[in-house]
Amino acid sequence: MVFVSPKSTVLDPQGAAVEQAMKSLGHSSVKGVRVGKTITFEIGDEDTPQARSKIGELCDGLLCNPVIEDYRYEIIE
Amino acid sequence: MKVAVLQFPGSNCDWDAEHAVRDVLGISAHRVWHKDSLPGETEAVIVPGGFSFGDYLRCGAIARFSPITNDLKKFAENGGQVLGICNGFQILCEAGLLPGALIRNECMEFRCLNQSLKVEQSNERFNPTTLGATLSLPIAHGEGNYRVKDSILTEIEDHGLVFLRYLENPNGSMNDIAGLRNREGNVYGMMPHPERAVESYHPSLDGLSVLKAFFAPLLSSRAVELSSKG
Repeated sequence: MVFVSPKSTVLDPQGAAVEQAMKSLGHSSVKGVRVGKTITFEIGDEDTPQARSKIGELCDGLLCNPVIEDYRYEIIE
Repeated sequence: MKVAVLQFPGSNCDWDAEHAVRDVLGISAHRVWHKDSLPGETEAVIVPGGFSFGDYLRCGAIARFSPITNDLKKFAENGGQVLGICNGFQILCEAGLLPGALIRNECMEFRCLNQSLKVEQSNERFNPTTLGATLSLPIAHGEGNYRVKDSILTEIEDHGLVFLRYLENPNGSMNDIAGLRNREGNVYGMMPHPERAVESYHPSLDGLSVLKAFFAPLLSSRAVELSSKG
């Protein structure tokens, strides 16, 4: 399961709009909203260093644009 | 074949770009499907606007993996002239041919309007003398907000790589960047649509001067008589 989120240094217009909506809902203390995405897939491998390097390649090569996004992932067996 | 207009699934400005180049400027132009190879006689490439691959994942992210994008990279590395318009600009950034990325407009709205632009002194082809001090060109995008890390932004500005800036920034783009080139001066990316400003029934004719500036190396080598339009 890969979590991609806008870099903290990059402005996130979607997060800002959602934050505004949360405030409209009465939750005035909410701040720092960021909207990212979750990508789930099967890799057909156990949690091995090889599997992790494969996931790293997928994240760096396609799922995440390092100019504007960061990622982290979890392996669920 | 002189000009190749790339066609990805979801490109929708490909016919307009071909029309502007072939019928208005009188330069031979053809659309080339993304799974085909770039023809050997290609002298310039336009990566047109649209929504390649439905803008899935990120704008331009999937188009980067089309076979033609490999040819495009080689073509650009060998000094070939490349112009990316709107989604084409996003693809060039994703493919690493231009720095940075284009994210969601700050206003969160899709912006579709005639945009006033300031022409920058960028190089011998793109400057206020050749293009005029300001231009009006249509924009139509939801993700035109140019972002890049500060150190690269400084480099971009130091080398005069910005050739167009928004006069009233419609999308939050850093330094009002609307059009950007590489240092070598052969790869250009812009969010406004010059191909939608070349006919008398279009909102302006300012696209002509932009396209002529881009095609200047092709045109000068052939002494093509340009239409007096615009």
